[in-house]
Amino acid sequence: MIKTDIIIIGSGPCGLFAVFEAGLLKMKCHLIDSLPIPGGQCSEIYPKKPIYDIPAYPEVLAEDLVENLMQQIKPFKPGFTLGERAEYLEKNGDDFIVITNKGTKHKAPVVVIAGGLGCFEPRKPLIDNISDFEGKGIEYIIKDPDLYHGKEIIISGGGDSALDWAIYFAKKAKTVTLVHRRSSFRGHLDSVESINELAKKGKINLITDSEVCQLEGDGELREVMIKNKNNENLSIKTDFWFPLFGLVPKLGPIKDWGLNLEKNAISVNTFDYSTNIEGVYAIGDVNTYPGKLKLILCGFHEGALMAQSAFKRVFPNQKSSFKYTTVLGGIKGF
Amino acid sequence: MKDITINVIDESGKKHKLITPLEMGLNLMDVLRSHDLVEGACGGMALCATCHCYVESKHEISEQKDDELAMLDQLFSVDEERSRLACQIQIEESIDNITVKIASPD
Repeated sequence: MIKTDIIIIGSGPCGLFAVFEAGLLKMKCHLIDSLPIPGGQCSEIYPKKPIYDIPAYPEVLAEDLVENLMQQIKPFKPGFTLGERAEYLEKNGDDFIVITNKGTKHKAPVVVIAGGLGCFEPRKPLIDNISDFEGKGIEYIIKDPDLYHGKEIIISGGGDSALDWAIYFAKKAKTVTLVHRRSSFRGHLDSVESINELAKKGKINLITDSEVCQLEGDGELREVMIKNKNNENLSIKTDFWFPLFGLVPKLGPIKDWGLNLEKNAISVNTFDYSTNIEGVYAIGDVNTYPGKLKLILCGFHEGALMAQSAFKRVFPNQKSSFKYTTVLGGIKGF
Repeated sequence: MKDITINVIDESGKKHKLITPLEMGLNLMDVLRSHDLVEGACGGMALCATCHCYVESKHEISEQKDDELAMLDQLFSVDEERSRLACQIQIEESIDNITVKIASPD
């Protein structure tokens, strides 16, 4: 069991900055994120996009903003549970227990939901029995590529992720088949050229204008049926199929936690960004209130006010004294 | 300030006639979201497809950029002829009286 003062669900910019605001008040934080790296959509979806409305930064790349935030919160030594989705919220006396989809348990008196657009879940092909083979031959996110060395694999998709993995596995897997619904690819030009080159050399079996339409197996995936635009079918035996069609934001299990929701967002009190469950707060894009603006800078503000309120719950017998960082004589971490 | 008309068919098939001003720098997702017709989760960066729609009328619309094409390419509900992300369609006079149908973000 991981014990801390504040469990923060979501490690996007607002979740990260909340660590700083909490740290100034001597509260320790632990972040949970379904993605394998901190930064939320800034890291996963648009790391190279410039952001223009962060105060004092006329322009900053999303990935640099995350890097700077990670530097800023370093003194407060936050913990991270990455690549796991916060699944359950349970009350335990004055504390909450948050359990992830992998069973990791976290305990704290305060929970802050900074989930942004929600969990980024893989976009799944519409095949009836697809769920039967998830984790049994079908993977939407490739976390440990070593597992697939020497195997027969099929990759579906036409974006950078599908191309990058196809190029990687061309050297490592026994066979690689890349299936794409269109005749051309939209990935980076270099990647597209590499794919075409590998296909010419016979290192990648390239099947375009086609998609996987049927799955067969005996508990484990064994074979996929591929249909082309002329409705012709082709069966291929395989060990693994990776459908890589990007990620789609969903509120996820949070919607079942008894929180007041409005239009797929969590209703909060703007006094301290608390939810209808005492001790649970929501900051950043995941919350809603009259006049809400989905801006990173608004999420930073929400995190600061949340921390002041959370302090009273974490240290009920102490009074918080608000201090400017300029008079602290440096940031004193843990 | 001049207004234009946007015709919308929502997911239940209900028709809406929206009047929106030009010269406010809006895109179609902004207008649809203000009427609760789409979520527009990513705020207009062509990153989420929650403003995916089918253009039902024959209008000259700004060309699709790579970001939009890349996102649409990942959708199973895409229609190559009609699919657009509303966030990538600027509100301008040329789309007056356009008809769009809200589509699935998958």
